[in-house]
Amino acid sequence: MKLFLGFIKKEFYHILRDRRSLFILFGMPIVQILLFGFAITNEINNVNIAILDHSKDVTTKKIIDNISASKYFSINAFIQQENDIESVFKKGQTKAVISFEKDFNQHLIKNGQATVQIITDATDPNTANTISNYVNAIIQSQVKELNKGIDKGYQIIPQTRMVYNPELKSVFMFVPGIMTVILMLVSAMMTSISITREKELGTMEVILVSPLKPLQVIAGKVVPYIALSVINATVIILLSLFVFKMPIQGSLILLAFETVLFIVTALALGILISTIAATQQTAMMISLMGLMLPVIILSGFIFPISSMPLVLQIISNIIPAKWFIIILKAIMLKGVGFSFIWKETLILLGMTVFFIALSIKKYKIRLE
Amino acid sequence: MERVIEVESLTKKFGAFTAVDSISFHVKKGEIFGFLGANGAGKTTAMKMLIGISHPTSGKATVAGFDVFTEAESIKKNIGYMSQKFALYDDLTVKENITFYGGIYGLSRAKIKIKTQQLIEELGLEDIANNMVGSLPLGWKQKLAFSVALLHNPKIVFLDEPTGGVDPITRRQFWEMIYKTANQGTTIFVTTHYMDEAEYCDRVSIMVNGNIEALDTPKNLKKQFSAHSMNDVFLKLARG
Repeated sequence: MKLFLGFIKKEFYHILRDRRSLFILFGMPIVQILLFGFAITNEINNVNIAILDHSKDVTTKKIIDNISASKYFSINAFIQQENDIESVFKKGQTKAVISFEKDFNQHLIKNGQATVQIITDATDPNTANTISNYVNAIIQSQVKELNKGIDKGYQIIPQTRMVYNPELKSVFMFVPGIMTVILMLVSAMMTSISITREKELGTMEVILVSPLKPLQVIAGKVVPYIALSVINATVIILLSLFVFKMPIQGSLILLAFETVLFIVTALALGILISTIAATQQTAMMISLMGLMLPVIILSGFIFPISSMPLVLQIISNIIPAKWFIIILKAIMLKGVGFSFIWKETLILLGMTVFFIALSIKKYKIRLE
Repeated sequence: MERVIEVESLTKKFGAFTAVDSISFHVKKGEIFGFLGANGAGKTTAMKMLIGISHPTSGKATVAGFDVFTEAESIKKNIGYMSQKFALYDDLTVKENITFYGGIYGLSRAKIKIKTQQLIEELGLEDIANNMVGSLPLGWKQKLAFSVALLHNPKIVFLDEPTGGVDPITRRQFWEMIYKTANQGTTIFVTTHYMDEAEYCDRVSIMVNGNIEALDTPKNLKKQFSAHSMNDVFLKLARG
């Protein structure tokens, strides 16, 4: 144990004295999350929308006027029938269509409620969501005005519909993706680089000649990075809680458990890479091309998997990050418990065991 | 004289290629044993089997009285190893390097402290004990690496081309350190391709294509091959 602690201490010296790795470890997560956070902003301005008014009465006119008066929207088309909705979207200019039902005002007066449909183009789910919220806000303020001094409250019921990407209705959240990328970067890339560095320096050989067991050597390399990854995950969650006011719906304990599981997956990958790569540079290239790119492109972090070609959809299944992002989104955004994500957890666990077994095997071969 | 290394028909094959072909030799306690050979002759592979990081294909060998096949862990506690890359951490200070290597050999904290002090005084490193090793000249790194390999008082120390890249004066000083260590009873097993260094060894073995082609004192070898220097001996052997 004492041997082991000395090893870990030395590992922390390496990390804390190298400005470059310090930046990757602590600067990167913060910069990335802030960049993404502010780049994926909820501000919208002069968004083109189309109106489909089946009723054309006083109230609908009022609402349309209000929408057109707001700086968020500009109305670029009045369409006459349902069939036009699709063609208007296909032109690409229009991001939303607002459709008032027939006899809107009459329904409102007679039944106390009327329905308005907000149809948005969800290829950009973030914008789509914001648009529908803003339109809704304008309609509801109109309702408030109508209800002034009246006991019986009128209601306008908005029906939101997303087209082109219906299952991405919930806001596209970048936090799970960033967290995955950072953990992959810190755990897999940094570990593989730090192990291959010892190979390059020749110190690995000297350590292997010492009584320290290979497993202890690897554990000694890995433990500091587990600690740093946990700190990183915490920083990311705190930033998203306090800077971006993103609530975490599910259990924090479950979240912590799944995060540690993914950290171990990434570390196993890092060790695996270090058994293949002879130099730090190779380790970095393999990590970047083999791990980071798939994580960014194929995991569903930025590009929705459901809209990928079938081949890529199939490939995405072998990317651990995909499953972790599903788990993270489920816990953070939907607030589900373990019973909803046990399958994904099991897949991740299976992959982890597989990678660990493979790297132990590779490691042994190397020692031959 | 006690034999600290005994090797009999030791062989290592990589697939169809035989890197070390049934070599036999022994090393006596306190001896400076030179292990020579051209690049690719198999000397590194042979040494790796003795220090327990490569498994022999067949044959027999004991190091410090322990079997290389079954007792590699015990061997590791009794040997020191200095790699040709010196294998020190540039981003750790002199003291931290000593502490780390002492630590992986299981030395107690108190012992490490004493040893560190002793070592720093012996090497005259007082002024730079807290400097990063990366800033030291190569010759000092070499001495430090050698001292670090001796921290746990091993019975045998393996030096893999320990004088690569340093100037003749520094090499000379380094050999003085080796002599001193050998006089204290530590066995030195050294690979080198500087033939003038071979003259400093008690006995020398020369490997060619996986076999030991010659093994004796430098004096006898020169007589046997009627050569003026070890360099001539080596050239005669290598040319076949």
